[in-house]
Amino acid sequence: MDLIAVKIRKHVIEMLYRAKSGHPGGSLSAVEAIVALYFHHMRHNPKDPKDPNRDRFILSKGHAAPTLYAVLAECGYFDVKELLHLREINQMLQGHPVCMHIPGIEASTGSLGHGLSFGNGVALAGKLDKKDYRVYVMVGDGETDEGQIWEAAAAASHYKLDNLTALLDRNFLQIDGKTEDVLRLESVRERWSSFGWNVLEIDGHDIEKIIDALLAANDQKNQPTMIILDTVKGKGVSFMENNVDFHGVPPNEMEYKLAMKELDLAQQALEATL
Amino acid sequence: MSKKEMANPRDAYGETLLELGGKNQNIVVLDADLSKSTKTILFAKKYPDRFFEMGIAEANMISTAAGLASCGKIPFASSFAVFATGRVYDQIRIDVAYSEANVKIFATHGGISVGKDGASHQMIEDLALMRVLPNMTVFAPSDAAQTRRIVELMASTKGPMYARVGRANAPVLYKKEDLKDIHIGKGVILRDGSDITIIACGTMVDQAIEAHEKLASTGVSARVVDMHTIKPLDEQIVLRCAKETNGIVTVEEHSVIGGLGSAVCEVLAENNAHVRFKRMGVQDVFCESGEPDELFEKYGLNAPHIVRTVKALMKRKK
Repeated sequence: MDLIAVKIRKHVIEMLYRAKSGHPGGSLSAVEAIVALYFHHMRHNPKDPKDPNRDRFILSKGHAAPTLYAVLAECGYFDVKELLHLREINQMLQGHPVCMHIPGIEASTGSLGHGLSFGNGVALAGKLDKKDYRVYVMVGDGETDEGQIWEAAAAASHYKLDNLTALLDRNFLQIDGKTEDVLRLESVRERWSSFGWNVLEIDGHDIEKIIDALLAANDQKNQPTMIILDTVKGKGVSFMENNVDFHGVPPNEMEYKLAMKELDLAQQALEATL
Repeated sequence: MSKKEMANPRDAYGETLLELGGKNQNIVVLDADLSKSTKTILFAKKYPDRFFEMGIAEANMISTAAGLASCGKIPFASSFAVFATGRVYDQIRIDVAYSEANVKIFATHGGISVGKDGASHQMIEDLALMRVLPNMTVFAPSDAAQTRRIVELMASTKGPMYARVGRANAPVLYKKEDLKDIHIGKGVILRDGSDITIIACGTMVDQAIEAHEKLASTGVSARVVDMHTIKPLDEQIVLRCAKETNGIVTVEEHSVIGGLGSAVCEVLAENNAHVRFKRMGVQDVFCESGEPDELFEKYGLNAPHIVRTVKALMKRKK
């Protein structure tokens, strides 16, 4: 699955380079978690995206859309060729996820702070219908500046939504700088646990650990689980890592070539171990 | 004049939800700590499993409703009109309108007749805010009976919808047997007339009828149209009235900017309907605390004001 993660990163770089706009940093930090969910953990069927019993994934940090699109395409929700037309007029893949016209997208996001509330609604419906599907919501760490996230955090705990798992992409950076300088978030763990959540904290780039945490969350009763993913913004491309300048700026031609070269080498190294 | 039969549109909303809840298991209701005022409490008591108290957290309420709708539920989310629209515009924009979610937002306490709570609670921009959103259907029912019918239509018709009623009791304008003729996007001619047309919505329909009677006694024949659906607007009836009468006055308990009056005006202008025209509503100001009747008088929204406006308009050159 590490190999899939590299492949997804290559898609992301390719897409953003072609689109000449978009968000590399937060797309790359989210790769392993979304790969683990779709290629291992979630119950889903690309041939039947509206299966009422499917597990649902909601990307609340909608600007990481390239990663989700690449994963959905690789799973078979739509043609991989679509990825080449991200953010283009008359094409399917919008700059931010939209649920009506893209197979596999559960919620339209992009305006930050909505996704966890949406996930609560899906989880409440699951309880009401006595269905055993699970709901996964990925939230950005900067996104938790939004007050609505905390409204949703309170509600999920109040309604004992143990069928809901949130994943926090804790990469410590947002547009204007370090999260702790922009608007202090620490202690993140205490915040979520004081809202009544079961909190796990893991290396967000270690797929095995992500899968273990997702399984542990499945077993948690009477409360939602927050998995804090310790991640690196821009992960996998050396000059993008921890570099706030790549939050919302795509690679230029030289950077694109350099990034693809690094990712090709990473791919070859992984293939050699197989 | 005989005393009018009164009923509260909020009660009609609560009672209709209760009825529909028994027939359709997919109907769920959300409220933000105002269920006693919005009357969703009736549903909450009968169907506690399908009622979600969201606390004073309206943004979360709207997005949660969208999540429920994505699973086939038909969520009715309620609060006062100020909190159900302005406060949560972004949530409605993305999660409801853009996503074409089957979410029904039903707001009470719309307009200035909220009264003593003052301008902070007097919502005069909601119809404009909701009307500008693509995919959104917008209603302002005029009495309790019509409210009942519109809530039924909201439940049975797919798509994002917003409805607002006032706080106060309202005269009953419709008989039960008339309700089947009420359809989304179709205005109702409640009083016929040939000199002028008064197009009103919500609480102002009753005032328009009163104006019709007063005008009749002075020899002016005024047609009254109840435009319960602001969007999609019944363009045909607007153009017909422009042709058949000598002028149009719109009246709404809302700002003159962006609501019913603007919508009618757009249709008239774009169809070269050369007709005398006047919008009545709140004149781009915030109002104040006071009794509803006092506010209506001060801000120009009652039958005597309508009569004066109609007469002035008729004197204007075409």
